[in-house]
Amino acid sequence: MDLSLLSALNAERAARRAAILVTDIASGAARLVREADVAADPLADELAERFRTGKSGAIELDGQSLFLTVQMPPVRLVAIGAVHISQALAPMAKGLDLDVTVVDPRTAFATPERFPDVPVLAEWPSDALPRLGGLDRYTAVACLTHDPKIDDPALEAALRAECFYIGALGSRRTHAKRVERLQAAGFEVADIARIHAPIGLDIGAVSPAEIAVSVLAELVSELRRDRRRTP
Amino acid sequence: MLSSDSDILNEAETWRRAGREVALATVVETWGSAPRPVGSHLVIDGEGNFLGSVSGGCVEGDVITEAMDVIGDGKPRMLEFGVADETAWRAGLSCGGRIRVYVEKVA
Repeated sequence: MDLSLLSALNAERAARRAAILVTDIASGAARLVREADVAADPLADELAERFRTGKSGAIELDGQSLFLTVQMPPVRLVAIGAVHISQALAPMAKGLDLDVTVVDPRTAFATPERFPDVPVLAEWPSDALPRLGGLDRYTAVACLTHDPKIDDPALEAALRAECFYIGALGSRRTHAKRVERLQAAGFEVADIARIHAPIGLDIGAVSPAEIAVSVLAELVSELRRDRRRTP
Repeated sequence: MLSSDSDILNEAETWRRAGREVALATVVETWGSAPRPVGSHLVIDGEGNFLGSVSGGCVEGDVITEAMDVIGDGKPRMLEFGVADETAWRAGLSCGGRIRVYVEKVA
């Protein structure tokens, strides 16, 4: 592979764009296909399916052996709320190779001392999320403040961006009120149902670290949905 | 989809730009219970330093040896590893799976 091609692939990743490297196994010749260019490609159908599933693999085409290296953008987690749970969540999420950012406009919470491992933005979500380049399908959002003023705008942005995982802390009653507010804001019930609330798998979590485990387990179960034994 | 295999591609670029000879190994096919999924990478430099994993440790040694030849002559190679066989000269996978690994030079 040419260094220039490797650089181009890495640049797509840095820009959070999906790309596929098509390598001719016999000769080693390779080319890069960006997701935006897939429709015009001779392998359009095959590549579109690969972009959908995110799976790399070998194919045979007219006697040619090709390998498709599918590179999806790095998975990101935005935690809304620089709270105790986030302090446990951030280092664990880093261990899962997630690109973590913590957002909380309350400057007393959002300090580097409380979050030595990850970037912390002491801003409202409406300012912080655009600064992060906006949300996308490869981003998970966990709303953990209990405060609708902070959580709701982030939830709305996450729903609009079709984030693969959206979770919100709070009891069933709190969530029922949240659903009413989101409906009043114009969201459909089916869309609102994509929010995991109360957040986290039901493992009886008590401590912040246990809640962090339940949130991350739920996040992974969405990320790996197609590999689950039960739907 | 997790980022670590892409981090390895970043590292491959960094190594090459620093003037090191670099080969890239990629798992292109698996059968049975293979330890690392298709698309997993191992990057190797001319001195045998490596980063990443194609099998969780079972066949990396062989891949690195082959990578030295790929760096030497610039020709890509396809390697296949199966169940560990005491009579075979090559390393094997104790898990019982089979994998094919493509090794190419970053030029």
